[in-house]
Amino acid sequence: MSASPAYSEEKGGSSSLGEPEYGHDPASGGIFSSDYKRHDDLKEMLDSNKDSLKLEAMKRIVAMIARGKNASDLFPAVVKNVACKNIEVKKLVYVYLVRYAEEQQDLALLSISTFQRGLKDPNQLIRASALRVLSSIRVPIIVPIMMLAIKEAASDMSPYVRKTAAHAIPKLYSLDSDQKDQLIEVIEKLLADKTTLVAGSVVMAFEEVCPERIDLIHKNYRKLCNLLIDVEEWGQVVIINMLTRYARTQFLSPNQNESLLEENPEKAFYGSDEEDSKDDKPDAASLVKRKPYVMDPDHRLLLRNTKPLLQSRNAAVVMAVAQLYFHLAPKAEVGVIAKALVRLLRSHSEVQWVVLQNVATMSIKRRGMFEPYLKSFYIRSTDPTQIKILKLEVLTNLANETNISTILREFQTYIRSMDKDFVAATIQAIGRCATNIGKVRDTCLNGLVQLLSNRDELVVAESVVVIKKLLQMQPSQHSEIIKHMAKLTDNIQVPMARASILWLIGEYCEHVPKIAPDVLRKMSKSFTGEEDIVKLQVINLAAKLYLTNSKQSKLLTQYVLNLAKYDQNYDIRDRARFIRQLIVPTEKSGALNKYAKKLFLAQKPAPILESSFKDRDHFQLGSLSHLLNAKAVGYQELPDWPDEAPDPSVRNVEVPEWTKCTSREKRKEKVEKPFYSDSEGESGPTESADSGAGPGRLCAGQQGGTAQPWQSFHGWRQVKKGKKKPPQDEGKGGSESSWEEGSVSESSSSESDSGSEAEESQSEPESKRRTTSWLSPVLNPLFPTCLCLTVTPVPPQPASSPAVVSTSLVTDLEGLTLTNASLAPTMLSPVFSTMKTYELLHRMAGEGLSVEYYFNRQPFPPDPHMVAVQIQFSNNTESEVKNLRVSEPKLVSGMRIQEFQEIESLAPGDTASVIMGIDFCDSTQAANFQLCTHSRQFYVSIQPPVGELMAPVFMSENEFKKEQSKLTGMSEITEKLTLLDKCQSDHTIVQRVTAAANVSRVPCGADNEYRFAAKTVTSGSLILITLEQKEAARAHLTVNSEKMVIGTMLVQDISQALAQ
Amino acid sequence: MIHSLFLINSSGDIFLEKHWKSVVSRSVCDYFFEAQERATEAENVPPVIPTPHHYLLNVYRHKIFFVAVIQTEVPPLFVIEFLHRVVDTFQDYFGVCSEVVIKDNVVVVYEVLEEMLDNGFPLATESNILKELIKPPTILRTVVNTITGSTNVGDQLPTGQLSVVPWRRTGVKYTNNEAYFDVIEEIDAIIDKSGSTITAEIQGVIDACVKLTGMPDLTLSFMNPRLLDDVSFHPCVRFKRWESERILSFIPPDGNFRLLSYHVSAQNLVAIPVYVKQNISFRDSSSLGRFEITVGPKQTMGKTVEGVMVTSQMPKGVLNMSLTPSQGMHTFDPVTKLLSWDVGKINPQKLPNLKGTMSLQAGTSKPDENPTINLQFKIQQLAISGLKVNRLDMYGEKYKPFKGIKYMTKAGKFQVRT
Repeated sequence: MSASPAYSEEKGGSSSLGEPEYGHDPASGGIFSSDYKRHDDLKEMLDSNKDSLKLEAMKRIVAMIARGKNASDLFPAVVKNVACKNIEVKKLVYVYLVRYAEEQQDLALLSISTFQRGLKDPNQLIRASALRVLSSIRVPIIVPIMMLAIKEAASDMSPYVRKTAAHAIPKLYSLDSDQKDQLIEVIEKLLADKTTLVAGSVVMAFEEVCPERIDLIHKNYRKLCNLLIDVEEWGQVVIINMLTRYARTQFLSPNQNESLLEENPEKAFYGSDEEDSKDDKPDAASLVKRKPYVMDPDHRLLLRNTKPLLQSRNAAVVMAVAQLYFHLAPKAEVGVIAKALVRLLRSHSEVQWVVLQNVATMSIKRRGMFEPYLKSFYIRSTDPTQIKILKLEVLTNLANETNISTILREFQTYIRSMDKDFVAATIQAIGRCATNIGKVRDTCLNGLVQLLSNRDELVVAESVVVIKKLLQMQPSQHSEIIKHMAKLTDNIQVPMARASILWLIGEYCEHVPKIAPDVLRKMSKSFTGEEDIVKLQVINLAAKLYLTNSKQSKLLTQYVLNLAKYDQNYDIRDRARFIRQLIVPTEKSGALNKYAKKLFLAQKPAPILESSFKDRDHFQLGSLSHLLNAKAVGYQELPDWPDEAPDPSVRNVEVPEWTKCTSREKRKEKVEKPFYSDSEGESGPTESADSGAGPGRLCAGQQGGTAQPWQSFHGWRQVKKGKKKPPQDEGKGGSESSWEEGSVSESSSSESDSGSEAEESQSEPESKRRTTSWLSPVLNPLFPTCLCLTVTPVPPQPASSPAVVSTSLVTDLEGLTLTNASLAPTMLSPVFSTMKTYELLHRMAGEGLSVEYYFNRQPFPPDPHMVAVQIQFSNNTESEVKNLRVSEPKLVSGMRIQEFQEIESLAPGDTASVIMGIDFCDSTQAANFQLCTHSRQFYVSIQPPVGELMAPVFMSENEFKKEQSKLTGMSEITEKLTLLDKCQSDHTIVQRVTAAANVSRVPCGADNEYRFAAKTVTSGSLILITLEQKEAARAHLTVNSEKMVIGTMLVQDISQALAQ
Repeated sequence: MIHSLFLINSSGDIFLEKHWKSVVSRSVCDYFFEAQERATEAENVPPVIPTPHHYLLNVYRHKIFFVAVIQTEVPPLFVIEFLHRVVDTFQDYFGVCSEVVIKDNVVVVYEVLEEMLDNGFPLATESNILKELIKPPTILRTVVNTITGSTNVGDQLPTGQLSVVPWRRTGVKYTNNEAYFDVIEEIDAIIDKSGSTITAEIQGVIDACVKLTGMPDLTLSFMNPRLLDDVSFHPCVRFKRWESERILSFIPPDGNFRLLSYHVSAQNLVAIPVYVKQNISFRDSSSLGRFEITVGPKQTMGKTVEGVMVTSQMPKGVLNMSLTPSQGMHTFDPVTKLLSWDVGKINPQKLPNLKGTMSLQAGTSKPDENPTINLQFKIQQLAISGLKVNRLDMYGEKYKPFKGIKYMTKAGKFQVRT
């Protein structure tokens, strides 16, 4: 109620009795006969000033629309109510408007201003719904208005409005395709959006408007991969399908080395009787592993991030992932999808139907994948026929020498089914098994011959047809069967079967020289009563016998041809005339006569029985086109793998945004624009609370729109924390909870090492959640390997570390980092800090070499004016990295670097840690330099947070006060802030301040005041921090320092640390 | 994506249409009717029907065809899955999904459909959000609405769509906080003539009914999670946690939902709780056949098998059957040739048995197919796979919820071949 008082106005007033004569059942059809007087009633009701009457009228009108009745003549009366206060009336008017606006364009324009007003509403939901309806009105004249509205909404601060904007894009495009270029611009902008809410919708718009602009995806590729798991399910489907296409154009085939190998067994398999052909398959698979194919890390990223979605409850998502794996994954990995697909077979029969079609296609190419699930394709008598036939198809595709006996046994039961279409399909399937698997050919043939004595004619007929095909492959050995079939002509009535038998006897009359003429004799007797196809075959048989055994059959042939000559069917008459001319030599007969034998008794190729699903995989699986085996409108061809990979660096731009790496790009971004100004920058604090969804929320509130470069740095780091989520959070929770989740699982890995403290921390879930969620971005580096490596050698941390929150999990992990640092010889005094790690070089950018750094807060002995930076290398490549060193520092004047000693070599999987000193000259400018290995150079940069530019100073309360009094006026910066509940306690405050800046605490008499002191490293200027707690969670933060810039930034940093 | 939706009843009336883009004439359904005629049975209508300008994708549920019209390439499962979601939503809203109910609530249906798709692309499909947007009609609300003239449309704009847990509505309040979980397992099996198992697998689901105040964060752990071979989750479940610890951790939606479904594969030995002994024989010469079935318990872990129901489709040649059951009721429909026998409970001391003769069409030879027997049964308090919930914990809220877990085993597609 409270959220929209505007809507609840008037509602009370209209609450009186609804007019009973209008009835209560809006759906009852009777009153909606094309009697226009009724519509007059409705108009009257719409014109009344009672909301209840309007509502009643609208309900009836909507009911009319729902039943497909025309209600367009009410348009003027309805459109008047577009600004009605009652929300349900309003909604129903929208429904009506969207349905009829196209037909009544002029009148529809009346409503536009209402929506335009709505677009400016402070409530994001109203803005969104106004845009939604506005864009759904298909009136070409408002295209410019729509365009404007979409553009505006695309940079709205609420992700929900932006999502609606994405939805509106295809609507506008279908209304006026000339807007394409402008719309692509909007799409490009929205593709850069970082919220999960928008991702699915904008990719859908991309697919509808400009699927060919694959270049727009490059920069967003990694983001999309990482966001994927948190996108809503329908968006997931669209994104996965699009990424499949993308990957096909950008990466190399993971199976390329193998495609040659694959070709041969396939050929042998279908073409000849070679039986050993299938044994090649596993060999081929194992070959892959041996071949040195290096997969693009982005390719791997896609495969890795989509895999968990196989567990989705949504069949469409599972299918989308399955097709992605089928088209993109290395052969050895495709297998994982089988289980999920088999699971879908339990779903509704429509889902089964679609899945089985896809499984049928897959099982031709990758048989091994479904073999373990053979029994899941067994057929139940209750399955619908169309499902049965598809399952049969799959079973046939899966048949090989090892399982054929089981399959055949299963087929035997199917043959006795009551569903005759299904039985016929089974017999066909047996035929296919027999052609494909030489070993069982005889068994199958015998089985089919037995079926010839089946009582059901359909079964017999189908068997005859299949046997005919089988015999054609090796006729000589089976004259017995031909004889048997010849006998059947007496009983069997199905024309197709009779025709097949006659053809067989004719074709192989040499194998049954005695029987053939006799069959012809019998058939000539019944000739007149036969079906046409049988008659044709009788003529055929007669002709063949005449050519091979004219002595015995000459007269019979003449007789049959005579009968045919007077047949009612002209085809048959025609055929008879033709054959007579061809085979009976007369003086008039032409040159063809000589070739008669060749014409009739030529070697005929054996028919190939193969699946109708063969080669369907050139359509993208899971698509409509694949299902129909024909190109559907709007189908995007799945491109072939490129022969050479396009430049992978096009996707690189995104690296600094997705990792903690501080590289040149960050600096560039910082200088060019205030971080993320495009999408998130403007969002003021006003709506931040409800505008955030997922990671977006974190960025929304904190940037305040200021654009000074130094401030942007803090914002940037803030964003990083939010952004950090997707890569590690594979779970489906929201942002906060999933952080927690991530860190909890981390903690469990460290638990074993840090013993009892960890257990303590378990006992306080409440506080743990608070602290870990705050800390987790720090504790979740992208390289779990590194973390493990630092963890393992560490002895339990002594409980003595100062100023530490004892029960918190933080301790353990910080302790770990600390003690790890103690392995370095330079450690002098342990100062409490949360060693936040930053990334210097991402594993991907560094081609396997990853580098992280943190400020260890130790003095740097060679030069006290330098800040010590602990750098940690880890080698994730397969080979040794040699000669790691720093070169070509490009520094701002005054800045100096003390390089670390060259690391001669780093074995694969190893890590190494060094310390270097940097004199930042008390500024937050980044130190840029090159990191060289024996083979490559990487441009990197280290940018210090302001809190690291200082070293703690110990002083007494009096000294502090004295110094403070000297630093007033311009040198004093004060800010008021509100402390959060969780941030009230002493140790949290101290901990957070010391985490944000390298300062030490100064003892203090008053218990609502905290003091800290430090000196800048280079110039040694004092920095004094005072935090005064006031009543009701308010506080004053004061920083005194003659370095004003540092002071201001420090205030920012600390208040941010406290606000979290 | 989805252009239009038509709802068609079994007699071929289009009783509801909804368009999300330009209007598609209902005559497009003629292609559907053609396909329906060709298929003879409703379940054999192909789910995808191509027409010259459109594609019709349909699902058949509750004797209603939901026919979606699409114009361009779209993954067919996307549409089919969505249509099923529509049906589920209707069921959730109205209790049942039938033609009568849809017609009665046509306005609500229309409003819901309007919210579910925007320009043919799914917008809000989570029932929790939809219910916030459009309140489901209850008897009480209908009465109140007629008196006061208030509406079904939520007067508070929903914020759930914007939250980080889009499946849960905000501001949930209950006086009794309860969370119930039903572990339901279904056995799919094919048993051959001799009683040996050809294939058997267990499909399980955990359905939850959670009525908890606020934003509870639940964890559910199992005694033997390794049993679960293949699982699929409600989007609320944190996958990472499951991967690493085999614990289900989630913020539940409000109300009823399916937490997970799982599969216990054929590789594990599946206990078959009942057996069927049958003797069905036709003789060539006479027009009488013998029929006898006995059902008995096999591996039931000491629990009673109840709700037993035997159905069998008899061959066409069977004219009538005269049978006597030792317990329960039986019927035989001479038109559809469907025999069904409602057995009830199985008493191990006195096994239920159905015995008698079949009269066959005179003059024709004996049918060469044997009927398969389909079995339904229920076993309470037992998850046949042996799955057991270890514990359920709640974080994030202060109160103590009432927790309940129930187990049940049912027959899924359980067939005995004869």
